[in-house]
Amino acid sequence: MTQSHRLPDGGRVDRSAPLRFTFDGVAYTGLRGDTLASALLANGVLHVAPSLYRRRPRGIATAGAEEPNALVQVDGPCSEPMLLATTIELYEGLSAAGLAGLGRLDPTPDQAVHDKMHIHTDVLVVGAGPAGLAAALAAGRCGARVVLVDDQPELGGSLLAGRESIDGRPALDWVAEARTELAAQVDTRILTRSTAIGYHDHNYLLVAERRTDHLGPQPVPGISRQRLWHIRARRVVLATGAHERPMVFAGNDLPGVMSAAAVRAYLNRYAVLPGRRPVVLTTNDHAYATALDLVAAGAQVAALVDTRPEPPADLVNSARGAGIEVHTGSAVVGTRGHDRVSAVRIAELDADDVISGPVREVACDLLAVSGGWSPAVHLWSQSQGTTRYDDDLAAFVPAQAAQNVVSVGAALGVLDLAGCLGGGFAAGVEAADLAGFPSTAPSVPPTSVDRPPARPRPVWLVPGETGDPSEWSDHFVDLQRDATVADVQRAIRAGMRSVEHIKRYTTIGTAHDQGKASGVSATGVIARLLGARSPGEVGTTTYRGPYVPVSFALLAGRERGALFDPVRTTAIHPWHVEHGAVFENVGQWKRPWYYPRPGESTAAAVERECRAAREGVAVMDASTLGKIDVIGPDAGEFLNRVYTNAFAKLAVNSARYGVMCRADGMVLDDGVTLRLAADHYIMTTTTGNAAGVLDWLEEWLQTEWPELRVRFTSVTEQWATVAVVGPRSREVIAALAPDLDVSNDAFPFMTARETRLASGVAARICRISFSGELAFEINVAGWYGLATWESVIRAGGPLGITPYGTETMHVLRAEKGYPIIGQDTDGTVTPQDLGMEWVVSQRKPFIGKRSFRRADTARGDRRQLVGVLPADPAVLLPEGAQLVADAEASVPTRALGHVTSSYRSAALGRTFALALVAGGRERLGETVYAPLPDGVIAATITDPVLYDPKGTRRDG
Amino acid sequence: MTADTQRRSPLGHLADVLAAHSTGGERGVRLREVPFLAQLDLQLHPHGPAAERIATALGSPLPTEPNTVTEPGSLQVVWLGPQEWLVLGPDGSGSATAELLRAALTDEPGSVVDVSANRTTLELSGPAARQVLEKGCSLDLHPRAFGPGRCAQTLLGKVQVILHQVDAEPTYRLLVRGSFAQYLTDWLLDAMEEYRHPRLTP
Amino acid sequence: MLLIACPWCGERDELEFHYGGQAHVAYPADPEGLSDAEWGEYLFVRDNPKGPFAERWSHAAGCRRWFNVVRHTVTHQILASQSNHPVAAGQPKPVIA
Repeated sequence: MTQSHRLPDGGRVDRSAPLRFTFDGVAYTGLRGDTLASALLANGVLHVAPSLYRRRPRGIATAGAEEPNALVQVDGPCSEPMLLATTIELYEGLSAAGLAGLGRLDPTPDQAVHDKMHIHTDVLVVGAGPAGLAAALAAGRCGARVVLVDDQPELGGSLLAGRESIDGRPALDWVAEARTELAAQVDTRILTRSTAIGYHDHNYLLVAERRTDHLGPQPVPGISRQRLWHIRARRVVLATGAHERPMVFAGNDLPGVMSAAAVRAYLNRYAVLPGRRPVVLTTNDHAYATALDLVAAGAQVAALVDTRPEPPADLVNSARGAGIEVHTGSAVVGTRGHDRVSAVRIAELDADDVISGPVREVACDLLAVSGGWSPAVHLWSQSQGTTRYDDDLAAFVPAQAAQNVVSVGAALGVLDLAGCLGGGFAAGVEAADLAGFPSTAPSVPPTSVDRPPARPRPVWLVPGETGDPSEWSDHFVDLQRDATVADVQRAIRAGMRSVEHIKRYTTIGTAHDQGKASGVSATGVIARLLGARSPGEVGTTTYRGPYVPVSFALLAGRERGALFDPVRTTAIHPWHVEHGAVFENVGQWKRPWYYPRPGESTAAAVERECRAAREGVAVMDASTLGKIDVIGPDAGEFLNRVYTNAFAKLAVNSARYGVMCRADGMVLDDGVTLRLAADHYIMTTTTGNAAGVLDWLEEWLQTEWPELRVRFTSVTEQWATVAVVGPRSREVIAALAPDLDVSNDAFPFMTARETRLASGVAARICRISFSGELAFEINVAGWYGLATWESVIRAGGPLGITPYGTETMHVLRAEKGYPIIGQDTDGTVTPQDLGMEWVVSQRKPFIGKRSFRRADTARGDRRQLVGVLPADPAVLLPEGAQLVADAEASVPTRALGHVTSSYRSAALGRTFALALVAGGRERLGETVYAPLPDGVIAATITDPVLYDPKGTRRDG
Repeated sequence: MTADTQRRSPLGHLADVLAAHSTGGERGVRLREVPFLAQLDLQLHPHGPAAERIATALGSPLPTEPNTVTEPGSLQVVWLGPQEWLVLGPDGSGSATAELLRAALTDEPGSVVDVSANRTTLELSGPAARQVLEKGCSLDLHPRAFGPGRCAQTLLGKVQVILHQVDAEPTYRLLVRGSFAQYLTDWLLDAMEEYRHPRLTP
Repeated sequence: MLLIACPWCGERDELEFHYGGQAHVAYPADPEGLSDAEWGEYLFVRDNPKGPFAERWSHAAGCRRWFNVVRHTVTHQILASQSNHPVAAGQPKPVIA
């Protein structure tokens, strides 16, 4: 198909670069520089897809991100839905299909790379139209660091769509010079194809850059497809321009009803004539340029309809001079046509916007509409800046800034070119000055548009020729939502008054375009129907980011797959991998869960590992426990205050298990702390809570007890820790540490010894047990961890030493009734609830102590840690299962508690569980029930210590 | 077997990979591990007699200007906080430096903790090094705000690092906990990938 | 993303900090001497003003220092940032702006 509507010359398109594309399966040709929308229009295609709810034909209505209709799905390795034909740059082979409001998610994993960049700048200028360019130029000349962001592939903004002149030459020559100058500034960065999507606290803006989309869907090696810029700016200059508003009249949704500014952009920027016999409808001066440009492009402008009774005489004269019939004080009150507008109906309106004369029908194939200009205050409003309604401009304009930001140009309601340039220069100089680069503003060159436009006459609601608003169901307010004046009237009759309520009732402004162009028009309709004097009395809805839709892939960046979240590994990790460990995530750590032999089930592997620890010797990588050096003369006193039990009098080279609570008495963390010297302890924390505990210690030291002389240093990775466990562990330690007397008398439980291993590596060996068995923990500098582990494996080889993972560790500790903080507790559990009264000192003060006298913590029916034995010893209770007293109780019923840990035990020859049960310790021997989808499991409550209750095994 | 032959740095097994991913040229960037640096965490009051004794012993006062590094002799003293420094030295120098610092501390409250194995050091250098960091670090690394002799404890990606700019090429050193080293390296290699390819021309 | 001025390290992204709730809520000197109601007040009751609010932050990913910030809870404007550290007085300003 030839490009039937392409103008013979002009435009910013490259006629030497034809591009083939398909739309809805039909092949077309466009030019480099086209958008998909302009290429379709060049081929005479106006209709994109029917509307979502009423299936009415809809066409391209705008030339930018405010487009309400032209949604498409673009094919590629991973097809992308809900893109706008007006913002897709054409590329060779593009294939797209129109969407009626709903896209299709492609289940293919998206392999495209998206990344992020964090930068700082003195001045961030959003928008590279005349005002933004002027601001960037002025600020950059001063020496300030400048970032200039624009969503188009080339700079110029509105100048790309017009035929203005600056300093006696085409305005785009001035743009080109500005670009050259900015590019030469060392500390100015220009980001094109980049949309500022969010304006957050403290001048933090997010900018979405499309880096390769214009080249097609295939990845470009090394180049991310899109990049999310995180920009922290001292000063922000918003030169975001303005959106031309649609007008609300009967049949305003027909294909061929288009923004007048968009028509001008298609003419001048894309060299496309969207219609050969257009009518122009306007409330303001701006559309006269569209009408004249249409005539210049060879169109026969059938009429220019201006709502104002007395538009500026020079504009009217120039239009009439070009052969255009001008209707003043009038509006289009209806359209004719099926798939495309074929005629409009024009009538005079009186001062109250009531039809006051005969209706005339004029044949046409395009209606170019300018309902007025709404400054694009989206980012301004996101920054929490306020807006006010300006009666002279008939628009909401920025009022009070909430951050270090200023609006310039059309974004401020300044619509003349000279005003935009002057405002931009001044804002750029001011921004640079605030950043410490004082200067004076350049003088403003003469331009072709140096007179502010005359006052517009908005007509928020063009009346229908018959009926009343409740019947005007073809007066569209939001095209994408198919919402009409009748819908608004229904909302008002239902009692809505607030624009926020009406928005939600009618869904106006909630589609992909968020009512960019139509939002203020909708406010105008609401004001009219409520009898308000102006939209200012109604106000706007809240503007929320992102300014344009962006993909989740962009927001995720590289934080997906292997880079999703930090993965922490121990020094011994390579051995675990090599030996087939199955890993478990514990916080960010990868810990061996169990080490299956070929063909071995999880249960069998865990049972084998447990048996080795109970009957022979087994080894575990315990390096992930948090470790904190606590040093200073007051270290003991400090520990006395943070632990519920006492540490100040702990003997050197001795260790003690401790529990720490929050001030409310709930258990926060636990672990073993070892005293290395009079003024030196090393504390261990749970794996997942190491950073939190260090924060906790610093908080109390710095904010409550600064007089205490104590210092904390995190040494978690300084030490690799190898736990050697089981009745034969002593033999392994004896072989590894020949200088050490490992007898029970010389090296008793809960003590530590410094020694040098046979390998020559310095080690600290502790007798600590988390299994009830004889056990040792070998601590060596992290970089010796792997070699030391390997030497333990070698030394234990003759004894059948068995590596074990976290699952076995859990079984072993649970058999002994040892709770895991964070698994068997949940922030509502006291040490007493865990049956650990013995760890709570009665003699010294500590954090949380007072809370144990609160009525709530003294309640008898608090949930307490107990053991639970299923009646059927082969049945495993699921962790998290709720427990009730009566198996037959009707739902809902009150739960007594829940299962916190549940395992199969080789040592017990059965399954068992730990649970938190209300008044549990008074219920020993009682039967409870776990109602589950597959049936009810009965179980008996027992003491939590199920294995070796007398503790006979810890010394071997 | 001596103890030293049993040492493994967290990234020792990746030396070839890092070299293979390093590139030269006007937008080149290089990554290598500098293993086994001696590292001592030093905490004390910055203006007491002990600080003066340490200044005498090191031949240079501890840096009290935030986010700066001093380089007395073969050591580097990295400011970590108002009362905390990281003293870096060549492999094997830790014990001697610790003795010296502890002797200077005497009985004044403070601490000297050997953390040499707690972190390893990555060196990122080349014209594109700053851009690589900017992909995951929110600090202002522009030469007007950050430069040789500056340091910061901050986040790179989601990983806490001690960042130290060594020279203006720029060369940075990143001290990272051993458990995070592999992940951070993967992250850096991914961020460096762009600079192995030609610049995108409009 | 708030930009918070650590009194020591300078301005950093909010991500580097941990929030510590209302400032100037001292741990009671004699908890055992308080009634349950008074202790409950200390544990659970905090101000929630619309406007300036003195609160604590910790530079968790940096120097680990706790400090006080006065933040406007509506605008998030940070009106003051102050160290409560004993050696804060007379310190040079951070280098990183």
